[in-house]
Amino acid sequence: MSATAEITREPLKKKDLAADHPTWCPGCGDFSVLALYFKLIQNRGIHHEKIATVAGIGCSSRFPYFVQGHGVHFIHGRALPFATGIAMSRQDLDLFVFGGDGDAFSIGGNHFTHCARKNVNLTYVVMDNSVYGLTKKQTSPTSPIGFKSKTDMWGAVDQPINPLKQAIAGGATFVARTTHTNPKHLLAMMEAAMDHNGFGFIECLSECTEFYNGAFDASNPRKGGEFLEVPEDHDPTNETEAYDLAGQPFPGHFGIVYQVDRPSKQDREKTINAKFMEKTKDLEAHQILQQNFDKMK
Amino acid sequence: MSDSPATKEVVSESPKVSKVTEAVIRIAGNSQDGIQSIGGFLAQLAGRSEQEVMTFMTIPATISGGPSIFQVRIGSGEVLTSGDDADVLMPFYQHSYENHIGFLKEGGIVLYDSSHVEPDPELLQKYRHIGCPIAERTVEAIGGTAKDKGKNIFALGLVARMFDLDAAKLEGLIAERFKGKASSITTTALTAFHAGYGYPLTTLEEIYAFEEPKARDADQVVCNGNDALGYGILAAGVRFGAGYPITPWSDIMELLRRELPKYDGIFVQCEDEIAAVSMAIGSSWGGRVAVTGSSGPGISLKGEAIGWAVMAEIPLIVIDVQRGGPSTGMPTNVEQSDLNIACFGGHGDSPRVVIAPASVEDCFYTAIEAVNIARKYSTPVIILTDQAIATRIEAFAMPKLKELCQDISPDLTPRDVHKPYDLSAPDGITQHAPPGTHIRSGKYPVVTGLEHDEMGHPSGSPKMHMDMTAKRRSKLQALGRDLELPEVFGPEEGNVLLIGWGSTQGSLREATEQARKAGDSISCLTMRHIHPMPEGLENILDGFNHVFVVENNDEGLYGYGQLCGLMRAKFANPKIVGINKTDGLTWRVKDVLAHVQSKLGELKS
Repeated sequence: MSATAEITREPLKKKDLAADHPTWCPGCGDFSVLALYFKLIQNRGIHHEKIATVAGIGCSSRFPYFVQGHGVHFIHGRALPFATGIAMSRQDLDLFVFGGDGDAFSIGGNHFTHCARKNVNLTYVVMDNSVYGLTKKQTSPTSPIGFKSKTDMWGAVDQPINPLKQAIAGGATFVARTTHTNPKHLLAMMEAAMDHNGFGFIECLSECTEFYNGAFDASNPRKGGEFLEVPEDHDPTNETEAYDLAGQPFPGHFGIVYQVDRPSKQDREKTINAKFMEKTKDLEAHQILQQNFDKMK
Repeated sequence: MSDSPATKEVVSESPKVSKVTEAVIRIAGNSQDGIQSIGGFLAQLAGRSEQEVMTFMTIPATISGGPSIFQVRIGSGEVLTSGDDADVLMPFYQHSYENHIGFLKEGGIVLYDSSHVEPDPELLQKYRHIGCPIAERTVEAIGGTAKDKGKNIFALGLVARMFDLDAAKLEGLIAERFKGKASSITTTALTAFHAGYGYPLTTLEEIYAFEEPKARDADQVVCNGNDALGYGILAAGVRFGAGYPITPWSDIMELLRRELPKYDGIFVQCEDEIAAVSMAIGSSWGGRVAVTGSSGPGISLKGEAIGWAVMAEIPLIVIDVQRGGPSTGMPTNVEQSDLNIACFGGHGDSPRVVIAPASVEDCFYTAIEAVNIARKYSTPVIILTDQAIATRIEAFAMPKLKELCQDISPDLTPRDVHKPYDLSAPDGITQHAPPGTHIRSGKYPVVTGLEHDEMGHPSGSPKMHMDMTAKRRSKLQALGRDLELPEVFGPEEGNVLLIGWGSTQGSLREATEQARKAGDSISCLTMRHIHPMPEGLENILDGFNHVFVVENNDEGLYGYGQLCGLMRAKFANPKIVGINKTDGLTWRVKDVLAHVQSKLGELKS
């Protein structure tokens, strides 16, 4: 790459980052996540070509269409393994994965656990609205018991998933909770997740005004609720404390619930490769392969 | 061997030495007896001695125990199959003797373990029986607590003596195999080998020596199809892979996991098949074309993501090592019943490329070809191999690795504008710009499974869906025009053309040779390019009265095997008919010939 010409480029402005006009309904919480993603990119001076925005399927997963930068709209539930493929092959990118609660905890539930356990270095923002919006109001894995939907007309009966507990139990190294109604806090969480070496998971409450209006009012001071940050004396490296905090009844607390230091998947693979590359670094690929073929003579 | 016209007596001393051009040896025991390693040693020795070799093995789908066989055919001339019947049968147990004696040629030799096998008195005239207490003598020779572990190496010694094999070379191979392990292991193995080699086979009237094979230009290598495919993927420049364990694909993922770090590459074992294919596509989108693979049910699970790669036009390599299906089916048997899912296993119109390697050697070269097609046409390519090719060992010429190895690092050259799905591109062939590519217009593409416009943004326009569907189709039609026609084995005109694919190539060629010697007008060809097929194939078919498509799959609801059905759909020619079987075993030459005769009879009546 002709790097010298690229270095002197102007930092991006908001208008440089906006692509398609979002297809979300008026009042949708996802707008604020998008706006703060732009802000984050600007704050960090990231250029277009380094942006890699990945999503699965759902309302929130339309995200990549609205961002100027390399983007992927993959299949339902598999954004995390797709992003892992990028993360392992291209460690020079700023990789963000966006999705909803259905994508993350229902159809993609298995991948969520395994991405956490592998500690893949990427940022994952789940816009949790506790309802299937794109398909027009079915029960989601985070819908509370009693929630009336087109598939639970008498009220939801299955125990909802607690995303934070799930992440901690799965082996995530960064677990945070935020909400679309507090932009400053949301941006701070995204920045912290990005700076974390490993799997940075954020559960962001993001209201669906169309199908689950008022779902999170109890956490919104403007709607008479209470926004409580994680207590100052909370030790985010203490798994038991984090688990207790994650299990509080709604509206609970917001902030970094759990954060520990563990080598990322990339770090571990680099360590393995370094050992082998020590022996092969001066060899061409065909010479390395020849060693195998000589053994098969 | 026993009925080989080339057998001739050259030494009259006792035991006399007869020269042979080839021999088929079948070793039958249980899966924990290490009979695969006897076969492996024999195959490797043959390769180093410039002989041709092909093996066949069956293993039970259990962790330990269960009957297992290894058959090796070694020849000084061309070896096309592992042989219908054996010259020598080496049964370790009574059940091995009873189940496999039928595969011995009349007059063939049974070299049995007299510690466990009681020969059938009625068969003593039909076959030459030579007993050796293999298990007992192994225990005597090695001593200690290993019981009869090592009897495979003892048996190898017996075979080496019987065939006047190069004992020094075999000792070398044994030492190589156990290199890096405790020296006592090598010593024990060599002790067992010497005990076998020195055992006085008093009833053995003659020993056999292979004719000097013709000298070859290049060194030979000996390996199985899974290894050849794995190394081909590395030669092609692939540096990322993802998979989930399943038989018989697992060998390839184990090889890639072991080897990729030497090239600063990575292989990730995933939580499931869907994650594996998704991860591979993610890497491909990142600019590093990646490989995933599976067998049986795993291929079904990957279907949705492969369809996405078709829609989003992202290169991808998917290896399908076919086994018996459907569902869990017969995990350690061969079947060619995934052709339909490989070609058509996606919802919607989702054309993709399917290539089936025809031999172990071809696995290596197919991997490189597949990667280059995937990159040029920005499409998933499915490499359709099968359990028989995957596990059998063949000898082939050392590939010219310096010429073949390629660097496919992503091209991140900045560009002014980029349309990922440019409809004006010749033949609809476009490539995506991987992330990291600076696009000066500031208009960046989205890569998506939604129907899209030329920039990758969602479009519900009927015209756009028509145009984009045509784009995805026409680029593969262009590929079909570029593909070479398959070579006809035998004359290009005649009565019967046998068409096969994958592991049946050797059986069809040997059947063709035999039939032609008997005066029948038969030729054959192997379809490597299944989807798209090379353009102009109809000209070849025109040269024959009958076209029989021989496959290891069922005739289906309408009477045609999977490739046969596809060819009938393409050529609408009623002379294309199918010959099918579903016993989970490779085609034997005599079975091919018998089916051809009965099919010709059916068509006459």
